[in-house]
Amino acid sequence: MKLNELRAHELLPMIERQEVTVEEAVTETLDRIAAIDGIIKAYITVTGERALQRAKEADARLRKGEPPRPLEGLSVAIKDNICTKGVRTTGASRYLEDFIPPYDATVVERLEDAGAIVVGKTNMDEFAMGSSTENSAMFPTKNPWNLKRVPGGSSGGSAACVIAEEAVFSLGSDTGGSIRQPASFCGIVGLKPSYGLVSRYGLIGYASSMDQIGPMARDVKDCALILQAIAGYDQRDSQSYPNELPDYTGCLIPDIRNITVGVPKEFLDEGLSKTVKDAFMKALEKLEELGAKVVEVSLPHVRHALAAYYVISSAEASSNLARLDGVRYGYRAAGCEDSASMMAVSRGEGLGPEVKRRIVLGTYVLSEENHKKYFNEALKVRSLISQDFQEVFEMCDCLMGPTSPTVAFEAGEKTRNPLEMYLSDVYTVPPNLAGIPGISVPCGFDEEGMPIGLQIMAGQYDEATLLRVAYAFEQATDFHKGRPDTQKGAHESAGGGRSV
Amino acid sequence: MRITKEDVGRISVLAKLELTEDDQSLFAEELSGILRIIDALDEVDTGSANEMVSPAGLTNVLREDVALSSIDPEEALKNAPEREGAFFKVPRILEAD
Repeated sequence: MKLNELRAHELLPMIERQEVTVEEAVTETLDRIAAIDGIIKAYITVTGERALQRAKEADARLRKGEPPRPLEGLSVAIKDNICTKGVRTTGASRYLEDFIPPYDATVVERLEDAGAIVVGKTNMDEFAMGSSTENSAMFPTKNPWNLKRVPGGSSGGSAACVIAEEAVFSLGSDTGGSIRQPASFCGIVGLKPSYGLVSRYGLIGYASSMDQIGPMARDVKDCALILQAIAGYDQRDSQSYPNELPDYTGCLIPDIRNITVGVPKEFLDEGLSKTVKDAFMKALEKLEELGAKVVEVSLPHVRHALAAYYVISSAEASSNLARLDGVRYGYRAAGCEDSASMMAVSRGEGLGPEVKRRIVLGTYVLSEENHKKYFNEALKVRSLISQDFQEVFEMCDCLMGPTSPTVAFEAGEKTRNPLEMYLSDVYTVPPNLAGIPGISVPCGFDEEGMPIGLQIMAGQYDEATLLRVAYAFEQATDFHKGRPDTQKGAHESAGGGRSV
Repeated sequence: MRITKEDVGRISVLAKLELTEDDQSLFAEELSGILRIIDALDEVDTGSANEMVSPAGLTNVLREDVALSSIDPEEALKNAPEREGAFFKVPRILEAD
């Protein structure tokens, strides 16, 4: 078995015992990227030389007898909306094509302090707006299970590189499902932490009242390890959670006999595909077999979540992206006579269609004549949705539903209809509105071998329960062991196959 | 609610976002479709519900007033499309009289 195929918790002890060097581990990941990423296109930038340099430094420290750090030598891919000092960070936008941040995001600092090694920056929908990575201004990313399908989005590159074994793990960001939906489409585990648990300092903000950074990995244990390294108070994010955190790997107990799982009936409505529903019902049976109590619950306002989400996220995006003014960094149109036209033309030329659509929608719902009807109303609906969650968490330890209504769809299938694209986030949006954590874990494959995801949600800051239930389910099933046959995909340029 | 091409034109001026005629027509059509979904918010009885702006529930986040080193001016100017000395340079702002 090659080193790039190992999970974090398998590779770490080998590095700790110095059975393999960090340089060997990183080299095998970089070799894998060189071999396969021309087809998958998960990376916008690969930082090979820098990674090897850091790997040699890590080996030197270990040889001197310094104790290994918690993520020593693990190759990590970072979504390209997270700032990396001295390494181009584009947000997959032409507007920031040449932007080189003068500072690191807090999460990057924390990962590197913990010994992880950044191997590259991953593709995404431009400024995290999209559900298929087709809105990237650079190129689309392929789903390693079937190259004709999308990897999901917006963190599509971060999901594809993990299942294609081009990184041990990755970071994504999630505003309405952008970690969980691609994790589901690519058959990996993706965790959106509670709002405020992980610092957003250095994240290119999209909708700041919902944005969260989180880990994407090949199993739950890896996600817990990474969360431990990146979570915790940061003065540079004003919404940062100030309290003590539990030991996340310590709570991975595969025993859920006293757990009550709520299933919101609104998550099983029309629009849910039969294969996904069947896999979800089987997952519930498995949980009951493990001793959990499964009850039906209702979140009466959740059917308005998508509407509230698009009002609030577009409003915040239009405000956040006002920073793209062509003055301090980024694209500037040539030949403009005054500053006002320079800004308008630079934005018109540098931004892609989905970003423009949301800036227009956001400006519209915030305008003098509309903000009461749309923006303020959406904020009220949001608090009702949040109350619905609080009420059911008095009866249940966690909630479950499918992560997305379908498996990964074909490239080009939804690009002409933005509304249809938005619907693929219908189950992932409610947790962002309420600020609660959600995780997607593999729970099956359809008849064509495409992975299906199970979403688990818990009360705010209760990642301990979330991870425990996810771990118990994963340990009782084999779905997380599935690997796409990328060789086959590479030859046929179609048709996924899997080998478990 | 229906958005017209003229509405989109007006909003794009507010948003300092230049759009082509074609984009204005396309967005008017697409955004009208999106607003039809969003209009469903009207059906919700929001009565005395609070406006929830952030799920963090934090108020008055303060820190000690301590001076810390920040980004060096030279570093901060490195990504500037145009600069002059220690300044970002932009095209004319004020009308020439």
